[in-house]
Amino acid sequence: MPGEALRDLADYIHERLGESVEGYLFAGKELVVRARREDIERVLYFLRDDKECTFQLLMDITAVDYPERVASEKAERFDVVYTLLSLRHNQRIRVKIGVAEDTLVPTVTSIFSTAGWLEREVWDMYGIMFEGHPDLRRILTDYGFEGHPQRKDFPLTGYVELRYDEELKRVVYEPVKLTQDFRTFDYLSPWEGMTDVQRPLPGDEKASNTADKNDASDSPEHAPAHGWRESKRS
Amino acid sequence: MTTHTAEDLDIGEETQIRPFTMNFGPQHPAAHGVLRLVLEMEGEIVERADPHIGLLHRGTEKLIEYKTYTQALPYFDRLDYVAPMNQEHAFALATERLLGITPPKRGQYIRVLFCELGRLLNHILNITTFALDVGAITPALWGFEEREKGMEFYERVCGARLHANYFRPGGVARDMPAGLIEDMLEWCESLPKFIDDLDTLLTENRIFKQRTVDIGTVTKAEALDWGFSGPMLRASDVAWDLRKNQPYDSYEEFDFDIPVGKTGDCYARYLVRMAEMRESLKIMKQALEKMPKGPVKVNDYKICPPPRAEMKSSMEAMIHHFKLYTEGYHVPAGETYTAVEAPKGEFGVYLVSDGTNRPYRCRIRAPGFAHLQALDFMSKGHQLADTVSIIGSLDIVFGEIDR
Repeated sequence: MPGEALRDLADYIHERLGESVEGYLFAGKELVVRARREDIERVLYFLRDDKECTFQLLMDITAVDYPERVASEKAERFDVVYTLLSLRHNQRIRVKIGVAEDTLVPTVTSIFSTAGWLEREVWDMYGIMFEGHPDLRRILTDYGFEGHPQRKDFPLTGYVELRYDEELKRVVYEPVKLTQDFRTFDYLSPWEGMTDVQRPLPGDEKASNTADKNDASDSPEHAPAHGWRESKRS
Repeated sequence: MTTHTAEDLDIGEETQIRPFTMNFGPQHPAAHGVLRLVLEMEGEIVERADPHIGLLHRGTEKLIEYKTYTQALPYFDRLDYVAPMNQEHAFALATERLLGITPPKRGQYIRVLFCELGRLLNHILNITTFALDVGAITPALWGFEEREKGMEFYERVCGARLHANYFRPGGVARDMPAGLIEDMLEWCESLPKFIDDLDTLLTENRIFKQRTVDIGTVTKAEALDWGFSGPMLRASDVAWDLRKNQPYDSYEEFDFDIPVGKTGDCYARYLVRMAEMRESLKIMKQALEKMPKGPVKVNDYKICPPPRAEMKSSMEAMIHHFKLYTEGYHVPAGETYTAVEAPKGEFGVYLVSDGTNRPYRCRIRAPGFAHLQALDFMSKGHQLADTVSIIGSLDIVFGEIDR
C-alpha cells in the first residue's frame, strides 16, 4: 500500500492543478497521475517547481500502444508516460497522457533538457509528434527508415533487411525473406497459477467458446508476429 | 613591392568560412563502441557535437514483448554488457514487484554480492579505458588482468563470463558453488593493492590531470536538468544513490558510504568511481562474511522450477518444470517502474503486464542515454581532444544506449 506522504501528495497535486489532472491512481506503491494532454507543460512545470513536489529529475518519457482502444473508442490509442523523480522528497511519480495517432503533444524540452532525446525516441518508435520540439529527428532506427517499430501492428521481423552487395559495392535493402516461418507459439493454456484474471484468458478458447478456434496462429500461411494479441483477445 | 589585400587573394564577400564538419566514428577506438559523432569545428574548437546513435539498435524492448518473462531476462545481459547482472537485477525486481514476492535472504545477498562485483568490474573497465583515451596505457594492461579474475567468479557462479542469465524473478538461478566464498574473500583482500596502484598511476599524474581537470564541467543544476544519475550526478555534488535512498534487496543492511565529487568535471567523475570501487569492496566483504544460509530462490514452483533431483521422482515437479519452460508464469496485470543503481546510473524498467505470460510493454531506461545526450553542451567550446576525455568520463556502453 502506498505511504501516507504519497497519498497526501496525490491529493495536493489533484487539488492544485484542478482540471489539468484528470485523476490519479496507485499502481502498487507507485503514484500515477493522468493529465490532460494540452496541459502537460503546465503539469510538469508545477511538479518541478512547486515546493511540495520538486520533481527535478525527468527520468524517462515513453509510450505504450493500446490498439484495441481505438476499436472500442474508450480512449486514445497511446499513453505517453513521464517518469519523474524528486530527490528532496525521495519520491517518484508517473504522469500519463492519452494521445491519438494524429494528435500533437506539446514538447517539454523547455522544462527538462533531457526530454530532447527521449521525445525523439518516442517519435521514432511510436510516431507520436511533439509540437515545438527543436530537433525531432529519428534517433535509433536507420537513416531513411520507414514506420514506427514499437507499435503493436509493426511486425517483429520488420519489412526490410539489408546486406552488402558485392557487385553493386554498396548495402542494398530488400524485403524480408525468412528461410523459416516466424513461429509464435500459443503457450497460453488455462493454468491455475499466479493469475487472477476476470476475463477469459487469451488462448483459453479450449475452455470457453469454440467459435473462433482457427484464428491467426493456426493458419498455414506466414502469419506475421503482430497478430497474436489482438486476434486472441477479441 | 605589392601589398596583398582581400581582393587580391580572392576572399570575396561571398566567401564565408563555414565551420568544419567532422565525422568521429562509428569505428573509432575512443568512441567506446559504435558512436557516430558529427562535430562542427571552428578550428580546433568544438562548436556543436551531434551524436548519431542507434547503430547497435536491436529492438530489445520489442523482442521482450514476444517472450515470456523467463525468456526476456537474458536480453538484459546484452544491454550494458560490462555489468550484466546489474541489469538483470532491475528486471527481476520489477517482475517480483508485480508478482508480489520477495526472494529469500540468501538470494538477496548473492544478488547484492554480484551487483557489487559488477560495479567493480565496470569501474575498472571505465577508468582504465578512460586513461587509455587520454594517453596512459599501463592502467588498461593491469586493469584487464584484475577484471579477468572477477569474470572468473561470474563464470563459476553462472557458467558464463558475460551473458550471465543468473538472477531470476524470485532469487537467483542456483546456489554458489563450494569454495567460491573463500576465493572471493581472498580476491577482496588482494584488490585494494591494485586500486592503490591505479591511484598512484593516475590520481596525481600530471598528464592525466591536465587532460581531465576542468574539462566538461557540469553544475548541479545542469546535471538535474539533463537527467543525470549515478556517478555522473554524484560528481556534480548531489548525494544521491538508490542503494541508500531507496534500498532494494538487502542494501539497507550494509554499511557503506556514498562518495560525492565537488567540481563536476571529468576528474571528479574519475575520483567518484575510484572511491566507489572501494565502497563496493566493502559491501562485497560484508556480504561474503554475513552470507546467510538457506534457499536462494522462492519456494514456489509456479514461479521457480523445482530442483532437478525432485523431478526424477515427482510427477508434479516434472509438470511444473515443463509448464514453466514452455508457458512460463503469469504475471498479474499491473505496471511498475523499478530502478536500480547500476554502475552507470539509474537503470529502470517500466514493466506493463496484462496478466498473461509475456510483458505487454517493457521499457528500459538506460542511464547512458541521458548522459550521452549531454555531450553536446559538455563539449561546446572545448578542444577536440577534450571531447575524447568527456566521452571517456561519461562511461557509455552502446548496448544499453541503443537497446
